[in-house]
Amino acid sequence: MQMRNTDMSSIISADKSSAAELSETHEAMATSKRTSEFAEVFRHLLRNRAAVVGLFIIGGFIAASIFAPLLSTHDPLDTVLSNRLQGPSSEYILGTDELGRDLFSRMLYGGRISLSIGLISVLIGVSVGVPIGAISGYFGGKLDILTQRFIDIMIAFPGILLAIVVVTVLGVGVQNVMIATGVASIPVYARLVRGSVLAVKEQSYVAAAHAAGLGHARIIFRQIVPNCLAPIIVQSTFQIATSILWAAGLGFLGLGAQAPTPEWGSILSNGRAYIRTAHHVTTFPGLAILFMVLGFNLVGDGLRDALDPKTR
Amino acid sequence: MYQYIARRLALTIPVVIGVSIIVFGIIRLIPGDPARAIAGVNATPQFIEQVRVRYALDQPVYIQYGNFVVNFMQGDLGNSVFSGRAVTTEIGERFPRTMLLATIALVIATIIGVSAGIVSATRRNSIFDNASMLVALVGVAAPVFWMALMLQLLFAVQLSVLPATGIGTIQHLILPSLTLGTASAALMARITRSSMLDVLRQDFITTARSKGLPERVIVYKHALKNALIPVVTVLGLQFGILLGGAVLTETVFAWPGVGRLLVDAILRRDYPVVQGTVMLLALLFVLINLVVDIIYAFLDPRIHYQSGSGE
Repeated sequence: MQMRNTDMSSIISADKSSAAELSETHEAMATSKRTSEFAEVFRHLLRNRAAVVGLFIIGGFIAASIFAPLLSTHDPLDTVLSNRLQGPSSEYILGTDELGRDLFSRMLYGGRISLSIGLISVLIGVSVGVPIGAISGYFGGKLDILTQRFIDIMIAFPGILLAIVVVTVLGVGVQNVMIATGVASIPVYARLVRGSVLAVKEQSYVAAAHAAGLGHARIIFRQIVPNCLAPIIVQSTFQIATSILWAAGLGFLGLGAQAPTPEWGSILSNGRAYIRTAHHVTTFPGLAILFMVLGFNLVGDGLRDALDPKTR
Repeated sequence: MYQYIARRLALTIPVVIGVSIIVFGIIRLIPGDPARAIAGVNATPQFIEQVRVRYALDQPVYIQYGNFVVNFMQGDLGNSVFSGRAVTTEIGERFPRTMLLATIALVIATIIGVSAGIVSATRRNSIFDNASMLVALVGVAAPVFWMALMLQLLFAVQLSVLPATGIGTIQHLILPSLTLGTASAALMARITRSSMLDVLRQDFITTARSKGLPERVIVYKHALKNALIPVVTVLGLQFGILLGGAVLTETVFAWPGVGRLLVDAILRRDYPVVQGTVMLLALLFVLINLVVDIIYAFLDPRIHYQSGSGE
């Protein structure tokens, strides 16, 4: 790679300053192009009925989470043992749980937890996985081989298992669940970005950037990564959904949020014992998880089509 | 072809070593004394010292790791803190049950998923297509443990036609494997459909149509063979995900497999058992992926030793 770059630059760098200008212009153009590109993608997304449904679902959950203190009818932690396991009523919209806490209020706050786990775990996955994949794909060679084997090892722990291993080491709790699901998503991003970088790095503007004498870091993060954004955005939408599912699974197993935190997975798990008499404690949190995950998946599908020039 | 397989095998070695390092690391990374972690929270100081000597925990880490690998090769994964029995015995008893569950779930998922995908692709935008794709979307989004509880509620509590938990009869298998297979079936339906649609657009299908071949022959003989290639790749991945998902399904259905063993072990801080089950599940997944890649190489003539990077 290094060899070829020198060849390239000897051809292109006849006028090094003009190449630098070209590269600067590319960055500036890319920024303005990206804004209109964004509008175009958004327009396309809004024409997709399923994606609009997904946007509404996500928007609803976000609004419910933000306004949880206003919307909740009771204190989510307030136990009234005489009112335990009541079905939905005008007093308790979705009924009460095994300690007489208002299920509706608990679920509102639970939405905050699920959404933040989804977002933060994706932030962790992106901020670690993207640089790993970008550097691995960009430099290639031994570094790439080494990184790939490392990613292979992470991928060897299927599905939720990697998150379980991380939680085993770190201990339970919402924060550790965020880290665990985030770590579990790192290999996904590393693989994805490496693939895109391999395709993008052969483009002429990257050669121009080399010729202009731009540093590797700037080329990777200002020139290459912005052009791999589409798959990263699509993957992140799906990954939020996956992380929410994983986190709920960990909560269900007792390895996630701990009592009395109103996390959907653990609410559901606590309601299990009463499923014969009061199945609402199990049914409603599960439906909430289902719809939240569905919302992100629908938007993810829509974004994938909207960002793919072939289907546009 | 054989060079590709050899290369693919060679790539497995560092992964297996890496997995063993991570599993070895679990006990060392937990805050506190590893000897106490292996001996159990309630162990006497004498027993903790015994464990320290037995596993050479007073030696440098690389010697400890060496011992770990040697012991593992000899089938010694230590003893369960909870039951006192050998970890290999504990796992050996439960592993066939998890395999049974995961295999049946995969078979169900493949039959339902692939057939729904084919019908959806051939009758694109029909009511069947739209309905099954909607069901697939919900199937992917529904948490597996919730699905398990809802099926229990319906079939065991309300209709009383199937047992809610336990093992023993074929009836006991139905709900757990159905639950476990749902998400995979949904995913496979979506993949089969899109793969089938891709293939049906290709030139050789048009040629087959212009030759006047019956649609049935075109779909099942010409298109399906090609459309199934991506499905086969996903199959291996799905089996791994099913093994991971067994952790949740087995917990709901009180199915005494390795998934439940792992969860119980984590909650009881029975770290030798945690190590053993994690190691088993990861190595099994590595093996499955290896087999799938080799099958894939036979199925897809485009892969040969020159391009075989194993990715």
